[in-house]
Amino acid sequence: MGYGHFLVLSALLFCIGIAGVLFRRNALIVLMSVELMLNAGNIAMLAFSRMHADTSGQTFALMVIAVAAAEVAVGLAIVVAVFRGRRDVNIDHLNAMRN
Amino acid sequence: MGNSLLWIPLLPLLGALINLTIGKRLGRTAVHFIAIAVVAASFFVVLSQVLGPLRDAFAAHLAGDTQGVLELKEVVYTWMEIGRFKIELALRLDTLSAVMTLIITFVGTLIHIYSTGYMAHEPRYAAYFGYLNLFMASMLILVLGANVPVMFIGWEGVGLCSFLLIGFWFENESYANAGRKAFVVNRIGDFAFLLGMFLLYLATKDLGLAQSLDFADLRSAGAVTAYQQTWWGGENLATAAGILLFIGACGKSAQIPLYVWLPDAMAGPTPVSALIHAATMVTAGIYMICRLSWLFAASPVALMVVSTIGMATALAAAFMAFAQTDLKKVLAYSTVSQLGFMFVAAGTGNWVAAIFHVGTHAFFKAGLFLGAGSVMHAMSGSGDIMTMGGLRKRLPITHLCFVIYCLAIAGFPLTSGFFSKDEILAGAWAAHLEGWPAWYGKMLWGGLTLAALGTAFYMWRLYFLVFAGKCRADEETKAHIHESPASMTGPLLVLAALSLFAGFIGLPHLHALEDIPGIFHGISSWLDPAVKAGVVGHNSDGTTYALLAIASGVGLLGIFLAWRMYGKGPSPAAEKFANGAGARAYDLSKNKLYVDEFYEATIVRPFRALARGTFEIVDRFVIDLVAVTGVGVIAKGAGAGVRWLQNGQVQRYLLAVVVGGAAMFFIATRHDRPTFSYHAEGEFLVLQAEPGNGLAEVGNVYRWDTNSDGVVDVESPSPRLVVRPGDVSADITMWIVAPSTGSTHKVTRTVRQPAAEGAKPVGMLGGE
Repeated sequence: MGYGHFLVLSALLFCIGIAGVLFRRNALIVLMSVELMLNAGNIAMLAFSRMHADTSGQTFALMVIAVAAAEVAVGLAIVVAVFRGRRDVNIDHLNAMRN
Repeated sequence: MGNSLLWIPLLPLLGALINLTIGKRLGRTAVHFIAIAVVAASFFVVLSQVLGPLRDAFAAHLAGDTQGVLELKEVVYTWMEIGRFKIELALRLDTLSAVMTLIITFVGTLIHIYSTGYMAHEPRYAAYFGYLNLFMASMLILVLGANVPVMFIGWEGVGLCSFLLIGFWFENESYANAGRKAFVVNRIGDFAFLLGMFLLYLATKDLGLAQSLDFADLRSAGAVTAYQQTWWGGENLATAAGILLFIGACGKSAQIPLYVWLPDAMAGPTPVSALIHAATMVTAGIYMICRLSWLFAASPVALMVVSTIGMATALAAAFMAFAQTDLKKVLAYSTVSQLGFMFVAAGTGNWVAAIFHVGTHAFFKAGLFLGAGSVMHAMSGSGDIMTMGGLRKRLPITHLCFVIYCLAIAGFPLTSGFFSKDEILAGAWAAHLEGWPAWYGKMLWGGLTLAALGTAFYMWRLYFLVFAGKCRADEETKAHIHESPASMTGPLLVLAALSLFAGFIGLPHLHALEDIPGIFHGISSWLDPAVKAGVVGHNSDGTTYALLAIASGVGLLGIFLAWRMYGKGPSPAAEKFANGAGARAYDLSKNKLYVDEFYEATIVRPFRALARGTFEIVDRFVIDLVAVTGVGVIAKGAGAGVRWLQNGQVQRYLLAVVVGGAAMFFIATRHDRPTFSYHAEGEFLVLQAEPGNGLAEVGNVYRWDTNSDGVVDVESPSPRLVVRPGDVSADITMWIVAPSTGSTHKVTRTVRQPAAEGAKPVGMLGGE
């Protein structure tokens, strides 16, 4: 297995994540998709870290995991708050940015 | 000199202004009082000028005073001044314009008076008289203009007024079309007139002459020399300018090929026809040619064109008049024909005869039209001569006058038309201009004599059909037949008297007649100073008598033939001729030689198709669809696209970010492909690898194949390679091996070898 395989996997996961963020309607799934993208980034970083024989990529991956955990905590809190207010987490209905 | 000349056109113009603006509120009496008063006043101003200063100047001229100027000129103001070129808004009354002005204002006044009776029931009374006054003003400007541009103002003015008046009853579409036809056909002529005017400007431009288009300057000796310059086609400038101006005259004076508007112009009110045919519009062309007699005299070719067209028109129009059954149409063709006579006179250098005939024709043609109006008035508006007949007893005054006019136009001895027509015929007989074949004048004479025979025949056919025999009208119309009011019969009587006696001012020059008072052939000596003399030849007394005899004989023969065939209304003999032996000719005449149909097929229809096509392509497609709708659709589409993006949902905005980001990556990588460049440095060729961002890293290995044998020639860690041009073939291949990914990129380029200074290729090039 070369580095290329890891990068392709990373790209695929990233694309799936993008698709999920762009096209899913459920806020929870969107959050999950964001996690997917972050993890795709992690895989790429690990691959490059190994490629360059340099550990800074792994360090960044750890930080990404930390940030992702924080983001999920905040994101879930928002989703729960929205659900409490509207009994609905379909983001199509969250179009307050219009006007 | 005072400023009385200005009043001549200004008075009718004021009348037009009043009647066209506030006329509706004035009431009928005030309207026609103003309209008649201004024209009559104009006539008296002319008369006072002609009988006063102009006659004094003329007397001095006759007495041998060559210093005095035989004209009154009045400069109103300088219209434009460009360098040395100057156009003044100036009027000039000389002996030629005096004759015309008198005819116009006098006959015009009669027609105005007549109109009060004829148009009594017209709702747009004020507009009618306003246009009539405007017509008079335009024609007076045309005649009095001291230079060509001022004449052109009047020239365009009468064109406009003819459009307004011919299409006066525009509610009827065919009438409106007739007005439009007159305008368009005249515009064609006007365009040629303009071109001719530019040529005249050209003629005076280079010779250090006074640069103006004033008629006095145009007839100066220097200008006449200028006319002899050779021009395009090797002819002299006078020929080109003369023919162009003559085309303009063809438009106004209804000559072949531009005569088609005049018969249609019968759509206008009958007094308008009288005005157009007698005093204004159609005489403009004759007048202009006589006015520029110096120019035309300088070119025998132009004169030949003028006289030939004139003769052809006289014959063709006389022929077309034979089978017409509309009262006014017959008169219209007779005008076209008579104008042909005048053009032959002008074309044989017989300017005096041309103007003389303009004058006599004005009297009897105005009379004929007004008489026709009187007849139609009696016949409840119908102009079909086949339904008339027997009106002699019911319309005694009209009948009497009509007989006189018909005698005059047929050239019955001692009537006015006899003298003026004979003058033209004699002039044609005597014409042998320099450069003309000897027989040419005789041929013109022959053609005109034939046309005169035709004239006598169709005019008397008209007379017999209208006044002789039994009345063929239906009972209802019959009951209404009545003589016209005095406002209409009065002018008829005046015109009849003039038609009888006006000819005596132009008695032919005969040795036997030397002793009679000057008034009896005053017209030629009166006009002499204003037109170019000496072109026309002279006949001996004997010839003159012979020609007089032939002319009278021809006139009488025509009347006799008409009496034989139509003496008691439409006869079986005439019927038989029209259906049998002469059927073909009758058909041709009836259908006006199919000229309108010919124009329709060759000019109008292709033009209409062109217009239609242009409309469809340019207007409907380019402007409507592409420019107007297209812009709307683009804006709308762009709006719809942007609206779809801006729906207030994060996902949509994110999509834009993602698509934009992807596009940027795509563009960046497109511009970031590995390649290499090359340039000459001294006698070497330098190849410089450009790996692109993705591959630009330390530790790359560059492999080169410079002679395209597929084998790596050089392998180096430096992106730069220096070779001798001779060692290089057209295709060079480079590999970049990137150590981090282990990938290899291959680039092959075709090198256009720069020929280094002094370097010689050493073989290796392609298949050489």
